[in-house]
Amino acid sequence: MRNRLVTLTTVTVIAAAGVLLTTTAGTAQAPAYRAPRAADGKPNLNGIWQALNTANWDIEAHAAGPSVVRELGASAAVPAGLGVVEGGEIPYRPEALAKKKENYTNRLKLDPEIKCYLPGVPRSTYMPFPFQIIQSQQHIMMVHEFAGAVRTIYMENHVEAPADSWMGWSNGRWEGETLVVDTKGFNDLSWFDRAGNHHSEALHVIERFTARSPETLMYEVTIEDPKVFTRPWKMSMPLYRRVERNAQIMEFRCVEFVEDLIYGHLRKQPSK
Amino acid sequence: MKHRCLVSAGAAIVFVAAWPTAVPLAGQGAPAAGASAGRAYTVPRTPDGQPDLQGFWTNSTYTPLERPDKVTKEFYTPQEALEAEKQAAARESEQTAPGTVADVHYDFSQFALDRSQAPLARSLRTSLIVDPPNGKLPALTPLGQKRAAEREEVSKRIGRWDSAESNQLDDRCIIMRGPGPPMMDAGYNSNYQIVQAPGYVMILTEMIHDVRIIPLDGRPQPHGNVRQWMGVSRGRWEGDTLVVETTNFNGKNPFVGSSEQMRVTERLTRVSNDAIRYQFTIEDPGTWVRPWSAEAPMMKTEGPIFEHACHEGNYGLYNTLVGARLEEKKAAEGAAKKGSK
Repeated sequence: MRNRLVTLTTVTVIAAAGVLLTTTAGTAQAPAYRAPRAADGKPNLNGIWQALNTANWDIEAHAAGPSVVRELGASAAVPAGLGVVEGGEIPYRPEALAKKKENYTNRLKLDPEIKCYLPGVPRSTYMPFPFQIIQSQQHIMMVHEFAGAVRTIYMENHVEAPADSWMGWSNGRWEGETLVVDTKGFNDLSWFDRAGNHHSEALHVIERFTARSPETLMYEVTIEDPKVFTRPWKMSMPLYRRVERNAQIMEFRCVEFVEDLIYGHLRKQPSK
Repeated sequence: MKHRCLVSAGAAIVFVAAWPTAVPLAGQGAPAAGASAGRAYTVPRTPDGQPDLQGFWTNSTYTPLERPDKVTKEFYTPQEALEAEKQAAARESEQTAPGTVADVHYDFSQFALDRSQAPLARSLRTSLIVDPPNGKLPALTPLGQKRAAEREEVSKRIGRWDSAESNQLDDRCIIMRGPGPPMMDAGYNSNYQIVQAPGYVMILTEMIHDVRIIPLDGRPQPHGNVRQWMGVSRGRWEGDTLVVETTNFNGKNPFVGSSEQMRVTERLTRVSNDAIRYQFTIEDPGTWVRPWSAEAPMMKTEGPIFEHACHEGNYGLYNTLVGARLEEKKAAEGAAKKGSK
């Protein structure tokens, strides 16, 4: 009996490990699931979605750690994560890795999230806030709760980015079950996470959104930036539908929350 | 100067050319009459069967919210409208006169800051307000008067450049006039993109990329503790008209002095391929003695809309605060010098 239990447990552990491997490796094989169709016959990805992982803390595998703000104690401490980067590590060029480390050290001063700046792509997708997909034939909108960030995915009339921006310029297409979004025209100011992982204005992001069940999407991202990385690399994760009744994107107009932080030192002092 | 003339001449030509589409819109008068005028047009449908409001639109206008004091009629003739627009455009460009604040801030004749350089949503109306019939805001309630007096008092006591928080919402990149509700001409970049999906209408405002997602499933308003800058909107179709009701405002972005009690009812009706009739009614017993209504057409414009990252590049606010502190320091030093002499 005892042996039997041990065996069962072992099997469970192996099975769980298998699932984890599949998840962290982010296998690109097409799932068997076929999404319901929109009126134009394309997979219907409409809905409110959210990542449920620690990628916004650090997209690479990481142990738990203390908060960067002492006073916040355990409430803002970093939860551990297995990482969402395929192969485990980001292939930085040496000088870019040095910059990442510097970013990490100075993250309280430098992380654009702290200043309520637009989060860039793909960070906007896996911040701990929901986003809503509004899907039409010509445009697919991704409306993020954080800072009211918004992306227009142009499904027709693809053009080059007219200028650099925080959220980039996104051209989309359908490949069977998958929405493929090709985004360029970024500035070099956004980060991938709170750990200081970064990119240059040469960033090219290719995202693949594929329904894997009625309530989940598979999200796979290829990152190219020859100025910062030695080769293209990938991350992947599931996204979960916010299924609660009347779920909606709420206002998180954070500019107001950071004014004292950014401009407080320029406040008029009471006359002596 | 030469540029200015060219711009005006160009605007005048566009202006005349634009009348044919603008006239049916503007001539409709009361909402009821407008509905019958719209009937001749078959509103296109989205693939899922909603009336199709999708595309890029502008509500840029020189028409004032309230009727000017000297004007006593509801509609201008096209000739009078042209004259009123010319005068308004001239007043706007005057802001760039040497020695004015705008002179060192922006050149309004450049970068499309002057409204006459971009497409306008024209109407023959002498005011956006259609009710009360005199085109003016109704009288304030005692509460509305009290708040107006408080605002006045605060503006005297606290200087605009004392801190970021004492500045205006648009200069702080918190919210501009565009998204509302009600959606109003933002001064410049008064552009919108509408995208529809089953159960939702989304309206993106160019200014500070503000997005309204309006659910159409009849869900209730949330708890009164949920207060937002843009309120909480719920929509429904009444025939071809999108009706949107918004409450739960936080009151921090008052619309011409409104309170957090404000209820905005908007009606969007596509009346031609190039125009949406946009009507709204304001009910706010905390501010006005009666509800009031306005109409501000939205005209088709060219897309796409580019990212308006306002806060991220807000050197203006930073630099004006630095400047104000420097001025104070200089003044204090000057006073100290005088004292020591």
